[in-house]
Amino acid sequence: MSAPLLQVGALFKRFGGFTALAAVSFDVPAGQRLGIIGPNGSGKTTLINCICGTLRHDNGSVRLSGVDVSALPTYRRTRLGLARSFQIPRPFYSMSVAQNIAVALEYGVGRRRVHASAARKEGLTVLDRLGLTAKANADVGSLTQVDLRRLELARALATQPRLLILDEVMAGLSSVEVDDMLETLASLNREGITIVMIEHIMRAIMGFSQRVICLDAGSIVADGEPAAVINSAIVQKIYLGG
Amino acid sequence: MRNWSRFLIGATLSVLLALGLTRFVGNEYFFFATYVVLQFIVLATAWNILGGYGGYVNFGASAFFAVGAYCAVALTQSYALALPLQILAAALVTGLLGFAVGALTLRLRGIYFSIATVAVAVICETVIMNWSFVGGARGTTVLQPAAPAFFSSYTRLLFFVMALLALLAVAFARFVETSWIGRGLRAIRDNEEAAESVGVPTLKLKLFAATASGALMGAAGAPFALYMNFIEPTSAFSLNYSVSALAMPLIGGSANWLGPVIGAILLAGTQQIVTVTISSELNVLIVGLLLVVFVVAAPHGILGLWHKLVARGGQRP
Repeated sequence: MSAPLLQVGALFKRFGGFTALAAVSFDVPAGQRLGIIGPNGSGKTTLINCICGTLRHDNGSVRLSGVDVSALPTYRRTRLGLARSFQIPRPFYSMSVAQNIAVALEYGVGRRRVHASAARKEGLTVLDRLGLTAKANADVGSLTQVDLRRLELARALATQPRLLILDEVMAGLSSVEVDDMLETLASLNREGITIVMIEHIMRAIMGFSQRVICLDAGSIVADGEPAAVINSAIVQKIYLGG
Repeated sequence: MRNWSRFLIGATLSVLLALGLTRFVGNEYFFFATYVVLQFIVLATAWNILGGYGGYVNFGASAFFAVGAYCAVALTQSYALALPLQILAAALVTGLLGFAVGALTLRLRGIYFSIATVAVAVICETVIMNWSFVGGARGTTVLQPAAPAFFSSYTRLLFFVMALLALLAVAFARFVETSWIGRGLRAIRDNEEAAESVGVPTLKLKLFAATASGALMGAAGAPFALYMNFIEPTSAFSLNYSVSALAMPLIGGSANWLGPVIGAILLAGTQQIVTVTISSELNVLIVGLLLVVFVVAAPHGILGLWHKLVARGGQRP
């Protein structure tokens, strides 16, 4: 039996005296759509940062297809098929949309480096997929908030990930735009990309996820079917008080 | 590819021009002054590889320049090494210095590298001040050997050598800029975390840039003592080198290899003219004023201004 795509084992992260993550453990099997919820400050983004290597965790392990990547820098994890989007879009501002994608195409795949013309084609496919084709040569500075979010996702996709981790990729989008984004994500998932999504928009979480994890104060307090998690007493208490 | 062939033709013509000048220009001072301009092309181009492409500001160009110069002096004193070998050795040592400073500080993002470069300048100057083998604070005289047959004076030879170095530096910078390394450095300058997360090995690229940049600065300094016939710490570690190496790319335009060249010719050229016609004390003032004007009025330098004008012209029918 092969190992799950992502295994997070007893992850600890402290900032001084504050414990941001306390023994967080979960597995994500290949192909799953996992939603992560939790109040502000519960450790969601810290968790992503530790999985991706942006932050070094203090204790525990992160495994990708059974391989411990805890000691690897972020770029090596990306080349192993782990891509992420940032909560606040971080485009390369001096470049055009297409150039942003090109960097990810050139570096993201590492040794699987492809031929230049194949890369260009791949880039166009990614842009097309997110409806950015018409803006391929636009300056990033001229993009709207929606397009910045799309670019953030497109750039992550260009690294050809197996596991895509999205940090509030739908924040600030209108209802129609959220539907569009969900459709895109669903089709990516059908093609075999495993997706972990942090989101505050409940409609998106409920409609998209097969499984939901709820974090609170650095620990997993609920894990299971979306409806079951949302309706569990502890999650209701965290969100509604009482 | 076509761009490279055009660049190669330009480069070859420049070498022939430099060689022709050493034959047909009678005025010795011309070479003395142009050498300085060429030397600043190397320094500014070297600074730009890390500072312009990667966005990591080096405030200690003078340290790399002077260490290169003193490296050559030390090797001449002990082994009477030939000039090309002096330059090579200086580049090696300052390349290592760049790597060391980078390895210590480039793991951290932001200004730590810049602060460290200031410290390196102070440390290196103090060491040289107290190293009597290379003259210490008093300085030491370095005699020019007899000029080889083709050149009628040693200054002309140095001028030609510096022209070759400038060409080499510019060609290297152009290669870096147009290659995958340059695209990675640009991503780092724009947003380092995002760069790392799309697979750019940020630390490796920064270390490469710091090493290459340091090596070229050292190479620029290597012939300094021979050029002056004398070397002492205060002038070799002069703040002018640090400020100019940074100001020239910013004034010319730091996104493109041509920017530092334009900046160096403009600034160093003006300085040379002012030194002769007005006063040698006004030099640094001019650099400072121009820097302020450009940072305020044209943050992307002369090239940025040019592109803006061209874009505006293209929009009009």
